[in-house]
Amino acid sequence: MKILVCISNVPDTTTKIRFKDNNSVFDTTGVQWIINPWDELALTRALELKETSGGAIEKVTVATVGLTGAEPTIRKALAIGADDAFRVDSDPVDAYFTAAQLAEVVKKEGYDLVFCGIESSDYNGGAVGGMLSEILGFASISSVSAVNYENGAFTFLREIDGGKETLSGNLPLVAIVQKGIAINPRIPNMRGIMNARSKPLVVIPAASTDNQTQYVNYELPPAKAKCKMVDAENMTELVHLLHTEAKVI
Amino acid sequence: MAVLVYTENWDGKFKKLSYELISYATKLAETLNTSVVALSIGNVDEAELRALGQYGASKVLAAKDGRLGSLENKAFASVIAQAAEKEQATVVVFAHNFTGKAVAPRVAVRLKAGLAAGVAGLPQSTDPFIVPKKAFNGSSFANLKINTPIRVLTLFQNSFGILEKPAEPTIESFEPTLNDSDFATSVKDVNKVTGKILLTDAEIVVSAGRGMKSPENWAPLEQLAETIGAALACSRPVSDEGWRPHEEHVGQTGKVIAPNLYFAVGISGAIQHVAGVSSSKFIVAINKDKDAPIFDTAAYGVIGDAMQVLPALTAAFKEFKASN
Repeated sequence: MKILVCISNVPDTTTKIRFKDNNSVFDTTGVQWIINPWDELALTRALELKETSGGAIEKVTVATVGLTGAEPTIRKALAIGADDAFRVDSDPVDAYFTAAQLAEVVKKEGYDLVFCGIESSDYNGGAVGGMLSEILGFASISSVSAVNYENGAFTFLREIDGGKETLSGNLPLVAIVQKGIAINPRIPNMRGIMNARSKPLVVIPAASTDNQTQYVNYELPPAKAKCKMVDAENMTELVHLLHTEAKVI
Repeated sequence: MAVLVYTENWDGKFKKLSYELISYATKLAETLNTSVVALSIGNVDEAELRALGQYGASKVLAAKDGRLGSLENKAFASVIAQAAEKEQATVVVFAHNFTGKAVAPRVAVRLKAGLAAGVAGLPQSTDPFIVPKKAFNGSSFANLKINTPIRVLTLFQNSFGILEKPAEPTIESFEPTLNDSDFATSVKDVNKVTGKILLTDAEIVVSAGRGMKSPENWAPLEQLAETIGAALACSRPVSDEGWRPHEEHVGQTGKVIAPNLYFAVGISGAIQHVAGVSSSKFIVAINKDKDAPIFDTAAYGVIGDAMQVLPALTAAFKEFKASN
C-alpha cells in the first residue's frame, strides 16, 4: 500500500502580506517559503502510520505543483522522511489546475490513500483535496483530525459542524486533514537532510487543463479605528459601550 | 436558470447561516434576473422547508433518501450536482463551513464549474463574473474571476447578513439517482456536541490564551460565556498544551470565525491568531500587558488581570440583563 501526501509551498505564516503592480500581484519579495502547515502535519502522520504498519504501508510519497522555487520545500519534505517526490513543473494556477495535475500523479503511480491539507495558508481555497477525489472518482473524508490503521483497516475521526464522527472508508480514498492529525510536525534531523539529497525527486511536465478562474486584483481591509480603552474597575462602562455604541448585546 | 443553494440542516432544523445563504442568493438572483432554488438533504419537516421562503427562495427541493442521513461527500456531491442540472443552475451556493468545504469542490468538478471558496460579498460584476473572496488568512480580499458558465461559491459566514424577502415557495420532493459506489465511507460513531453553542455559529465568543496561566483558571471564562450565551475558544498555545481541546483553537491553523463580538482574554495577538478572528465585528481585548499587539486589532481594550476583570465583567453583564 502506498500513501501520497500533497504538499503546497506557501509563504511563512508570519509574512506581512503586500501586493504590487496596482494590487494585481502578490509581492513575494523577501518572502520565506514553507510547507503548508496542514500538509506538514499530514506528512508527519503518514510517516507514523508507515512506521507502525508492520510493512503494510510500503511507501510515503510527496507531490507538489510548483516551479523550481518550490524545490527547497519538497526537499524538506524528503528530509522529514518521505521516500520520494514528484514536482509538477508549473505554477499552481488555481485549485482545479492543481488537482488535475495531482490526479495524473495518482493515476500513474496508483496510490491507495492520498492526504491533502484542509487548505493552503495563502489563498485559503481548501478545494484541491475535494476536486482531486472527484476527478479520480475516489471517496473523500474531510476535516479529518485523526487517522488510525489497525488490523488492515483505516479509521478516520472527522469534525463536523456540531461534533465529531468516526468513519471507516474503503480505499482508494482522499483524506483532507486538519489540526489534530498530528500534534507537532516532525523536524528533519541531520541524517534526514543528508539522505534527502539522494532521494528521487521526479520533475514532470504539467498536463493541460481548462483555465477556470483567475485573480483580478487584491484589496487590503480598511484600517481599524483606534482601540477605546476602558478602566478595569469600570466594567459597567464596557457593557454600556457594547450595548449602546457597538450594539452587539 | 436558477441560483441553487444547498441548505444544510442540523437534526431537522436550519440555522442562521442557512438563512444568510438564501438572502445572499436572492440578492444575486435579482442581478442575474433569475430565481432561487433551495436544496435540502435529509429529514426536514414541511414548515421548516417553507420558512426558507421568508428569505426569498421560490422553490425548495427536498431529497429524503434514507442513505443520506450522514455526510458522504461523494453521494452528497452527486445529489447536489443532479439538482443543479435539473434546475439549470448557473450559480450554486454553499456555506464555507465543514460541509460546504467538503462537498463544493466535488460539485464544481462534476459541473465543470469554477469555484470561489470563502466568498466575502456579492459579485462586483456578473459578466464577467468577478467575486470577492478572503485570502491570505483574512489579511486581504481577492477578486476572483470565474470563466466558466456555471460557478460554485462557498460563502464565508456572517459576511452578508440576513435579509427578509417573503416568498411562497413550492416544495418539491427530489429523488436523485444514487449508486452503491457513491457510498464508500460509513459513520461508525457519532459524538455530537449538545447543549453548547457552536463556535462557528456563535454570535459572541469568549476566547482565552496563555495569559490565563493554567487550565484550572477557566471557570471565570465559562461563567462569562454562560452569562452572555457565548461559545468558548482559545489560542494555539492553549490547545497545543492540551489545556483545551483543539476544536476550540481559533486562528490561522485552527478555526476562522466571524462573530459579532469576540473577547480576547490573555491573548497577546500574534499575527496567526488575528488571522482567525479579524473578521469579528467587534473585538474586546483584556490583557495585563498594555503593549500587547491585540490592542491594535481590538475595538475596546481593558488593561488588567483576567482573574479580576472577568468576574467584574460577568457581574456587570448580569446587572445589565436584570435591568433590561
